[in-house]
Parts: sequence; structure tokens; C-alpha cells
Amino acid sequence: MKLTRTPSYKAISGALWDSNPISKQILGICSALAVTVQLKTALVMSLALIFVVAFSNLSISVLRNQIPRNIRIIVEVAVIATLVILADEFLKAFMYDVSKQLSVFVGLIITNCIVMGRAETFAMANPPGRSFVDGIANGIGYGSILMGVAFFRELLGSGKLFGFQVIPQSFYQSGYENMGLMVLAPGAFIMIGLFVWLEHTLLKD
Amino acid sequence: MDSLVSIFLNSVFVGNILLAYFLGMCSFLAVSKNLKTAAGLGLAVVFVLFITTPVNWLIYHFLLAPGALAWAGLPEADLQFLKLILFIAVIAGIVQIVEMVIDRYSQALYNALGVFLPLITVNCAILGASLFMVERRYTFGESIVYGIGSGVGWALAIISMAAIQQKLRYADVPEGLQGFGISIITTGLMAMAFMLFSGITL
Repeated sequence: MKLTRTPSYKAISGALWDSNPISKQILGICSALAVTVQLKTALVMSLALIFVVAFSNLSISVLRNQIPRNIRIIVEVAVIATLVILADEFLKAFMYDVSKQLSVFVGLIITNCIVMGRAETFAMANPPGRSFVDGIANGIGYGSILMGVAFFRELLGSGKLFGFQVIPQSFYQSGYENMGLMVLAPGAFIMIGLFVWLEHTLLKD
Repeated sequence: MDSLVSIFLNSVFVGNILLAYFLGMCSFLAVSKNLKTAAGLGLAVVFVLFITTPVNWLIYHFLLAPGALAWAGLPEADLQFLKLILFIAVIAGIVQIVEMVIDRYSQALYNALGVFLPLITVNCAILGASLFMVERRYTFGESIVYGIGSGVGWALAIISMAAIQQKLRYADVPEGLQGFGISIITTGLMAMAFMLFSGITL
């Protein structure tokens, strides 16, 4: 069997490109916009989401034959909330300043539709191994958009990448100015709109 | 008193929970196609936020905050790490109770809000308001005002968005930008307009 025919490959490529959770399915934008002023917070947020979605998919898939159908939503929420608390406490203990910047948005992973959606549509119907891979792929699909938006917002908004100055001082002396709009909320909306435009146009051909 | 008014105005306009903090985007984009349903969902969100924010305040301050369990003889207990799971459970429970109460006592209101209530549990604006309320150390009175204010702000945003969307149907939008793309850029322009309020202080 060729690599491109395996179910895992299909799950990964689908999550990264054809049905990317943010740009195609419009899920989980809330947090995507709020944490993308800097690359550093976007990266930490993506890692936290990858962790939560992968392990929630894994545990729900392991339990999928034991969970009664009527109460599956509350079981899923309980599993997800537990994982989010783990991620939140970990960040508070080891990366306190980043955790302060992310403020409530790590907690809001609980209501992130991506996590819930994957648990509901994929993990309830597939074996643990494949669900785990699907979770990681969806997390990366989400993270890739986040990093893309954060890259442009930090570069244009404050002339830095990961906190390092990349636009040389001589540019500023010759009249270049940072784009204040990018740091503010409207910049995030417009940036993500342009990303979606780009992706739709590229994907059509 | 002044501070209550200023918290209200701040949460409706300057710190609009949707346009400045991006909370509740999923249902915002999904439901803003039609003015009537948008108004229904907006009303339901105001209602649920008005109840859940103060209830979560009570839960946080009498069960979870450091030293909150002193009345039970456990002054050293600090259960803050449970706040996420307890808040979401409270929200899900209250939404369920509100739905049953409305169904029992007001059929007209139930018909108007009924379909939207279950959606609200997963609306991040609700959980977000409770978490912001803890982070900003509001008092009980302030938390009620903040709950209503952010609900009204959210409703205002979704209703004006629905009105714009209805006009957008007649606009000639570039092909790749149709649908999701243009609605999020429109939201961006709205957010810009709301930022004008930020100069106003009371």
C-alpha cells in the first residue's frame, strides 16, 4: 500500500490543507485572533492546543465503547477540561510570563470548537492510534494559521520576530514606521481575512 | 456608582467582548446571516451572562479562592485549579435550567430563544466573561454589571453584523473573498469603528 493511500495520511493531509480547521471550517477563531500579536504567545498557544486535542482524542477514543450516547457531551467536556487544566497549570509553573500574557485564553481552549469537534466527529468513531494522529494533525493545522498570522502581525506591527528586532534601525531613520493597526484587534481580523482569501485562491487551481 | 456605570459602558463599547477580545466568534459568524435569529441569540446571550457571571462569582469566592473555605474549617485550602472545570459545569447546568424554566413558564420566550440556548454552552464569551471577572477582581455588584454589559456588547455586535450581512448580499465581492473572508474583514472594520470609543472616559 502506498503511503498516500493510508487512512492516517488522509487524516493528516486533510487536517493540514483540504479542511484546515480555521480557514476552511471556521472553527476556533476566538483564540486564534487574540494570541497572535507575538510569535511567542502564538507558538505556546499552538503547543497547548496540540497537546489538548491529541490527548483528548486519544482518551475519548479509548473510552468510546464505554461512553453512553446520551451523556457523551458532558464526558467529552470533562476530559477536555481536565487536559486544559493540566496545560494551564504547567504553563503557570514553568513559563509564568507567557502564561500571564495568554491570560484567560488557555482556559478558553475548553470551549474551542476544534477540540470538541474532533472528539465528537473523529474520536468517537475511530481507533485510538488514528485518533491521536488526527488530533496532532488538526492541532498543527490550527497552529500553522496562528503562526502565519502572528508572523505578519509581529513583523509589521512592531518590526520584530520572536522578540528580536529584524527591521534595521536605518529603516526607521529614513522614515519607516511600524504599522500600529496590526497590534490592535482590527488588524487580526483583517489579517485572517486576507489569509483566507489567499488560501481560497490558491486552492482553486 | 460611577464605577458601575463606567464598567458597563466599558464592557459594551471599549472592551467589547467580541470585537476587542474575540470571544464568541464561532456562533457570531455562523448565526449572523439573518437579523431575526441574530437578535434572538443576542438576547439569549445577555440573559445567560446576566445569570452565570454572578453565580460563578459566588462559587469562586465561597469555594475556590485561596482561603475561601475558611467557613468550612479549611482556611488553607486553595482550589483555584478547579475553576475551569467548575465554571463550565455551572454554565452547562444553568443553561439547562434556564431552558427548562422558560419552557415551563413562558412559551413565547421559549419559542424565540429555545433553539439557541444549547448553543450557548459552548460560546466562549460566556466562559470568557467568568474568567475575566476573576482576573480583574470584580466585586459581586460589579460582576453583575459586567455580565450584563458584555452580553449587551455581544448582542450589539452580532445584530449590527447581521444587518450588514443582509446588505452585503447585493455587493460584488471578489471570488476568493466571498463568504467567510469578507465577513471577517467586515468584522475588522467594525472593530476599528468601536475603537473610536476608547477615548471616552467616565
